[in-house]
Amino acid sequence: MDKFEKVTGVAAPMPLVNIDTDMIIPKNFLKTIKRTGLGVHAFAEMRYDDAGNENPDFVLNKDKYRAAQILVVGDNFGCGSSREHAPWALADYGIKAIVSTSYADIFYNNCFKNGMLPIVLPREQVDMLMSDAEKGSNARMTVDLEAQEITTSDGEVITFQIDPFKKHCLLEGLDDIGLTLNKEASIDAFETQASQSRPWV
Amino acid sequence: MSAPKTLYDKIWDAHLVSEDDDGTCLLYIDRHLVHEVTSPQAFEGLRLAGRAVRAPEKTIAVPDHNVPTTLDRAKGIENEESRIQVDALDKNARDFGVNYYPVSDVRQGIVHIVGPENGWTLPGMTVVCGDSHTATHGAFGALAHGIGTSEVEHVLATQTLIQSKSKNMKVEITGKLRPGVTAKDITLAVIGETGTAGGNGHVIEYCGEAIRALSMEGRMTVCNMAIEGGARAGLIAPDETTFEYVKGRAHAPKGAQWDAAMSWWKTLFTDEGAHFDKVVTLRGEDIAPVVTWGTSPEDVLPISENVPSTEDFTGGKVEAVRRSLEYMDLTPGMKLEDIKIDVVFIGSCTNGRIEDLRAAAAVLKDRKIADGVRAMVVPGSGLVRAQAEEEGLDKIFLDAGLEWRMAGCSMCLAMNPDQLAPGERCASTSNRNFEGRQGRGGRTHLMSPAMAAAAAVTGHLTDVRKFMELEDA
Repeated sequence: MDKFEKVTGVAAPMPLVNIDTDMIIPKNFLKTIKRTGLGVHAFAEMRYDDAGNENPDFVLNKDKYRAAQILVVGDNFGCGSSREHAPWALADYGIKAIVSTSYADIFYNNCFKNGMLPIVLPREQVDMLMSDAEKGSNARMTVDLEAQEITTSDGEVITFQIDPFKKHCLLEGLDDIGLTLNKEASIDAFETQASQSRPWV
Repeated sequence: MSAPKTLYDKIWDAHLVSEDDDGTCLLYIDRHLVHEVTSPQAFEGLRLAGRAVRAPEKTIAVPDHNVPTTLDRAKGIENEESRIQVDALDKNARDFGVNYYPVSDVRQGIVHIVGPENGWTLPGMTVVCGDSHTATHGAFGALAHGIGTSEVEHVLATQTLIQSKSKNMKVEITGKLRPGVTAKDITLAVIGETGTAGGNGHVIEYCGEAIRALSMEGRMTVCNMAIEGGARAGLIAPDETTFEYVKGRAHAPKGAQWDAAMSWWKTLFTDEGAHFDKVVTLRGEDIAPVVTWGTSPEDVLPISENVPSTEDFTGGKVEAVRRSLEYMDLTPGMKLEDIKIDVVFIGSCTNGRIEDLRAAAAVLKDRKIADGVRAMVVPGSGLVRAQAEEEGLDKIFLDAGLEWRMAGCSMCLAMNPDQLAPGERCASTSNRNFEGRQGRGGRTHLMSPAMAAAAAVTGHLTDVRKFMELEDA
């Protein structure tokens, strides 16, 4: 996994609440057996019309937001299905960080497995960043994971909280499986003990 | 004496492999269910790293999302991408030596129906699957939740999951349900109360007299939609209803092991005085047969009410409701019962079990579906289908004019050919009414199997209690 580096880029505003994973990546694109190439299908049903042409009203189809690397989104982003295709599609599009008041749990976890940083902030601060994002391509935000800070286009600094283990893994681009296999002795010991206490499992 | 624990605390503690200083935990996984959509990249990851499946005997694979449900499906899958995905699962299951039910096996079906039906799901277990409706298995008092594909690979390789502990939430349904009200109405009513983010960060334990009175199948329906309330997992403490259901199933313990299991299972309840971070209580008597009107499962109302307007909402929900009403093509103030439907779908991991089919058949017996309505019944597994045929339910459905299909996820998410056309409106027993969920431009109203059957007969959303009055008269 790539290391998460400091991101400075355009932030796109998507204020709609409850944007679900079916919206982020509709089911007809779940038939892939790869992780890559889904960016062109991100938000497909909002982004394209029935004939496959771009819907000019959709935020990422506006020239000023095409190169967005940050999304500022409404409450409960990523609710619904557990499909990791949703973060795969966003990452493939080029999104590095997301800002919201809240995320669905599975989506939130899935982001970290793909080098993407979902940031949780109180409503007032999300509203402020949403307004900043609405200024378009001249308004570039910086997300600094190491310092746990977002700097707005006006130079205002907002700090955010994050689980230290998740932060460490993102910064270092660590592979979870490799980390867990370092604890194989503990897993072996657990299995031995469980085979005594719960032999029917 | 140790502090009182919730059921969630007890299962968590029994599966904790290690805990780091920063609170990061490694949790042991007893059962890993696998389907074709969220697993190919995980198996590929194992191959690339030269890793094996650590516990193939605890891993169960079955194709369900892409499989055709037509009677001639032995001919194979027409859509190339779907076929490749199902073939990939077939190869991965055989290469890695996991338990496997191919499409041709009578036990094939929706993964969340297959697990309990064959006794893979047992009380006190940890169960995961790359599928959010894994919450279903919580009905057995098992800690069960959906995971992403990276986590699927992690569980395949290590039989563990990196987790931090969720908060405890209690949802109590007191008293008794009124006639015509089902487990589906309970679970939708709860989401209507809490909202789709109400359970975020929590594991829900459902309790109370109305929950205790439910069958195992009803409990599975309730827990299935815990995820729609934002909770990764729902739980119901095991009791005699649970043990009775589990006993004798193919992979349930037998003999002395059964006795040993029972003595532990009987300790799986929330201790008196245990702490819940959030509590929601509904009176069973206050729950009516409900339907959804919008494009979020929280958009729930009793069938006797009217379509709401944006003025009934505040904050970010106002814009969401405006968008929903436009997408659903509904006028505020119109009666929910006046909403005409084109399609009826009875099935899914929420409502594709034998009791669901019986409830639908009870309404459809000696009746015909309305002119112009297309209706299908898709049993949740081959075993459910066989049981229904033994009881003659297939004949009731066919006589009424419904299609009687083979097992799979089908029109719940429309990855196979079972889809809505743009603008079509569906009375559906599934779990999500998101935009485009059942087909691009399709409109979904969620409800119980009995309510879906009533809608099939009248051609519009209908209060099933009217049918019950006819029967009583």
